[in-house]
Amino acid sequence: MIKHFINFEWKQFFRSSYWQKSIAINILMVFFALYFILVFVALGFGMYPMLKKMFPDSDPLIKVNNFVFYWLLADLLIRFFLQKLPVMNVKPLLVLPLKKKRILHYVLSKSAISFFNFFPLFAIIPFGAVLIFKGYASAAVLTWVFLMIIFTLTINFLNFIIEAKSADTELSFLPIILVASGLFAINYFEIASLSTMLSNGIISITENPILILVPIGILIGLYYLNYTILKPKLYIDGSLKAKEQIASSSDLTWTRKFGDIAPFLQLDLKLLWRNKRPKSSIFILVIGLLYGLIFYPNSVYQNMIPMLIFVGIFITGIFMINFGQFIPAWDSGYYKLLMSQNIKYKQYLNSKFSLMFISAIVLFILSIPYVYFGWKILLIHFATAIYNIGVNTHVLLYGGSFNRKKIDLTQRAAFNYQGTGAVQWLIGFPLLIVPVLIFYVPYKFISFEAGIATLIIIGTIGIVLHKKLMNIITKRYLNSKHKMISAFEQS
Amino acid sequence: MIKATNLSKKYGENTVLNIALLEIPKGQTFGLVGNNGAGKTTFFNLLLDLITPTTGAVVNNGIQVNKSEDWKPFTAAFIDESFLIGYLTPEEYFYFIGELRGMNKADVDTFLKQFSEIFNDEILGKKKYLRDLSKGNQKKAGIVAALIGNPEVIILDEPFANLDPTTQIRLKKILKELTKNSKSTVLISSHDLGHVTEVCERIVVLEKGNIVKDIKTSQETLKELEAHFSV
Repeated sequence: MIKHFINFEWKQFFRSSYWQKSIAINILMVFFALYFILVFVALGFGMYPMLKKMFPDSDPLIKVNNFVFYWLLADLLIRFFLQKLPVMNVKPLLVLPLKKKRILHYVLSKSAISFFNFFPLFAIIPFGAVLIFKGYASAAVLTWVFLMIIFTLTINFLNFIIEAKSADTELSFLPIILVASGLFAINYFEIASLSTMLSNGIISITENPILILVPIGILIGLYYLNYTILKPKLYIDGSLKAKEQIASSSDLTWTRKFGDIAPFLQLDLKLLWRNKRPKSSIFILVIGLLYGLIFYPNSVYQNMIPMLIFVGIFITGIFMINFGQFIPAWDSGYYKLLMSQNIKYKQYLNSKFSLMFISAIVLFILSIPYVYFGWKILLIHFATAIYNIGVNTHVLLYGGSFNRKKIDLTQRAAFNYQGTGAVQWLIGFPLLIVPVLIFYVPYKFISFEAGIATLIIIGTIGIVLHKKLMNIITKRYLNSKHKMISAFEQS
Repeated sequence: MIKATNLSKKYGENTVLNIALLEIPKGQTFGLVGNNGAGKTTFFNLLLDLITPTTGAVVNNGIQVNKSEDWKPFTAAFIDESFLIGYLTPEEYFYFIGELRGMNKADVDTFLKQFSEIFNDEILGKKKYLRDLSKGNQKKAGIVAALIGNPEVIILDEPFANLDPTTQIRLKKILKELTKNSKSTVLISSHDLGHVTEVCERIVVLEKGNIVKDIKTSQETLKELEAHFSV
């Protein structure tokens, strides 16, 4: 039976839609993974000499042990948001002649081989090797490495318990944040130095390996706690039930002001608010707005004006870039409906345009406080907002007509590359680089003001030609209608 | 009302539909029967300009569907769940469709009243999104939405599958009423020979993309069809 389970895992991994992407993205993902592994390995090897250099008087191992508390805390937080117990997959197994006990052990032990548990090893093992090389007692080091692995697994199972306990509440992430920040605060304000206590614990275990039975005991305890929590929930109306959302309705009658695009605008607003993935593009707004804080306070960048144009395009255009590059894939799930209804393509596209248009204005207004870093910043934001409205909206809509990848709205938001194709990579150039070039030429040869004026003029031309451009774009969409329908049908 | 001439659809070497001539007069209830892969859905997709024909054309009320979009105002369809917008509540969905067909909220509300029996208090006012409804209820919502705004042509793919018995009976009644006074033309496909023979005045049997039977429904039709399909 175990053989079958392992076989299923293998197939699930390699046949998942996750890999059914373009080769370019797969290569990029592998590259990222390798990069992180490399960073961790380098960290493992480099930690000892680094710490020795920074704190010549103290033992690097003790320094690392002091840090373990923070690592575990951060690990727990990250896992809470990204790692889920893969309990849904067992539904087909329930009616087969298998004992529930077995299914549960399968689910739980499967979680132990999650990549969250593997990543730390890339740092822990090299560090251990360095320690042995530097003359630490091998037995003690091996105990230490083993202990770290136990810690990782403990966090693994602790996370599932916290998730299970907080899943029923409305703001499910609140308890974990309270607990984590509480622990952090207790440690930070030295009410009780938890990090030192943990460090002392680690040291005594490495000195008396028999004590390792204590953390092992905790791990086994957590495993069985998970087991007992899950056992009564293994029913399709228990934890196997897909989450249902309570419908919230909001009054969107104000959209009537926009005339015949109103129904589509309402649809788009609901799309954004009620689905995980598009919803995340709203949260990215906040990150985008704060992006300027990296650049503006730094005097180095104040002299690199073209760089600031890039930042300006990004800040005022973060929403349109995020949302616009996946037009019309957002509607891919019901594209056939839209295409057989009494809908004019132009209204549909104009609604998308209006949304991007409004976003640029709102973002410009929200970014006004950056004037604190100089009036030039405000001017840059104004010019880039106009450029975004006049040019980038149309570029995004035009690029959208080449979209052939569907987006499943019910899928999670983070690290989701579904719908990403060559279009998304190619469109970045005209969106972000071209305005910098347009600015750069007059800036270099005439003045800053001339560069700004050029951006504003080109943006204004785009706005004036809006109707004409939309006609061209609409034609493109009409021509690729059937290709899009058939592409969106494939999963 | 609908005329398909020399219509064919090929995927590579594989011909999935090949119709020399098919005419459906206004006000007819037209049933399409055939096993899986016979080309029923392909025909409906061609009718709605969702796929392009390899040869030939479909003309809907004088409008060639892949040349002009003017057939859309008087044509409605429900093919599968991809015609539903999952993140809307059923009401919002009906209002959206209604708006596209020139009906305001009050019109839609009055229209929906006649379906309260079908909805069985499980669809309206439940604060649920369409994606969270059961398959059967999703289907009900989709079919009702296709009836909004008195369309002249109504296309329903497998309308009886997944429906509860009460709704099947109600739906049959509604479909029959729709074509009274030859107002609407109704095209349905089904695997259930009993239902189609009951509802449709005319039944066409497709087999591997070809029309093999074209029957005006009578007392003997069901027997004839059963004989045809029992291999």
